Amino acid sequence: MAVTTSTPPQRGADPDVPADAAAAVRAASTGRVASRVFAGLSTGAGVLILVTLAAVAVFLVLEAWPALTASSEDLEAISWFNASSVAAYVGPLVFGTLLASVLALLLAVPVSIGIALFISHYAPRRLAQGLGYLIDLLAAIPSVVYGLWGALWLIGQLDPVFTWLSSTLGFVPLFEGYQAPAKNVLSASVVLAVMILPIITAVSREVFLQTPRLHEEASLALGATRWEMVRMAVLPFGRSGVISAAMLGLGRALGETMAVLMVISPGFLYSFFLLKPGQHQTIAANIASKFPESSGLSVSALIATGLALFVVTFAVNFAARWIIARRAEFSGAN
Amino acid sequence: MSKRIDVSDLDVFYGDFLAVEGVNMTIDARQATALIGPSGCGKSTFLRTLNRMHEVIPGARVQGKALMDGQDLYGTDVDPVTVRRQIGMVFQRPNPFPTMSISDNVLAGVRLNNRRMSKGDQQDLVEQSLRGANLWNEVKDRLARPGSSLSGGQQQRLCIARAIAVKPQVLLMDEPCSALDPISTLAIEDLIAELKSDYTIVIVTHNMQQAARVSDRTAFFNIAGTGKPGKLIEMDDTATMFSSPREQATEDYISGRFG
Repeated sequence: MAVTTSTPPQRGADPDVPADAAAAVRAASTGRVASRVFAGLSTGAGVLILVTLAAVAVFLVLEAWPALTASSEDLEAISWFNASSVAAYVGPLVFGTLLASVLALLLAVPVSIGIALFISHYAPRRLAQGLGYLIDLLAAIPSVVYGLWGALWLIGQLDPVFTWLSSTLGFVPLFEGYQAPAKNVLSASVVLAVMILPIITAVSREVFLQTPRLHEEASLALGATRWEMVRMAVLPFGRSGVISAAMLGLGRALGETMAVLMVISPGFLYSFFLLKPGQHQTIAANIASKFPESSGLSVSALIATGLALFVVTFAVNFAARWIIARRAEFSGAN
Repeated sequence: MSKRIDVSDLDVFYGDFLAVEGVNMTIDARQATALIGPSGCGKSTFLRTLNRMHEVIPGARVQGKALMDGQDLYGTDVDPVTVRRQIGMVFQRPNPFPTMSISDNVLAGVRLNNRRMSKGDQQDLVEQSLRGANLWNEVKDRLARPGSSLSGGQQQRLCIARAIAVKPQVLLMDEPCSALDPISTLAIEDLIAELKSDYTIVIVTHNMQQAARVSDRTAFFNIAGTGKPGKLIEMDDTATMFSSPREQATEDYISGRFG
């Protein structure tokens, strides 16, 4: 009767058991209940994430289905639909989204690492705290404000820079043919870079601060200067954390809507002309601009582009995991 | 390639707090000098001042003189980085760089000094240093594996190999065996006995048997009470210190009456 022996004895069930022993058993069993409740709650929370994710995926597929299966004549009947299939329509948008986001990442990551290192290893403590607080404040600014800032102020400031770029480096196709005003993909990337700077900086700073003192001292004792110590101990230790931070930033840049919508002059081309207007558009900005005037099949087509964004974001995150896992053995986590 | 160190009237401060007071000490070349004493008596603090690692701690500063073969370690024109390249250090807990392979760990210090080194020279140096640290036979087949894949005792010997790869004048050891089991400890002690024919060694230890086994000279530090500065009580040949010390406090400590 293994079952009966494993159940805790009830109060008064056995008159031979002394009172305080019974109390101890009861305390142990309430502890067990509490731990079971907690296990249930945390498992539930974990499952909820998966369910939410699945619900979003199912919604996107179901709602996009009419557009995915529609004939090209039906699709071409949509006023703004400039392609013969959903795939052909979404292609340039995916390209534009990735281009703007990757450019933003290229601009933001070095600056973020620099700021994070300054805060964690160079700045005097009081300055470091103030600066950290200021960077966190940047993250609290709504994206529509960034959009206004980009569209009304930044574009004007970038104009001479882009004019110079185009005239001196114009032989490189990337920088060819700049036209004012600077409503091009590079301007949008600059705004995105400023937006993702705080998250990348904050995460990198935390990771750099966690570098074990032992490793920093090991390099200093070998006669490393501060920069050599950073290169030997801090950066390698923080590598996977910085990649995660960059991916968080990339995720934000991929989905950013308002700032891009307000800055960029849209176009639907696979184009590497960073300074020409009317070449690129991102998925999120495109949905926001088309959605108010859409109904029926056109909504479905927009949701199909949303599905593409979902898949791209997923792929980016998987890639990041893979990069981190590849060198897990050398991460210092063991 | 080993030098002597002369310390005179050395005080160490943490901010306004006087942590170690008035140390006068001569550390001879090619000998192992052990620093013993109860916890908090300032022996590790003193050790760190010898390669200016105390400067890593905010607010720590020294007064007094430390000369390595006549060269002032605290001179205004002396860069702490240069001092540390000549005076290597091994820490209490093994700290190989986890992101580097075993051979990269050995080469870490050398790469700081001279970047241009042929592959062959690098391999020779790795082998020579690992042999010097009695680790070569255990790791020669897995030099590309991360340093953190080794056992604690092996990691500590890897750290010693890393320290001797830059051919320092002096090797400081801050309780190098306190995180290790008896067998690994024995391996490190054997290694110290070999290393002292080439290097000046200063070792801080809590283990008096260890001090008796590995050192030629022993210095006893003590502290009068909490908040009081640590002082060097006496220093002599290890054999003398453990048989007939001059000070009562030394005898009490060595015989296990306190500490």
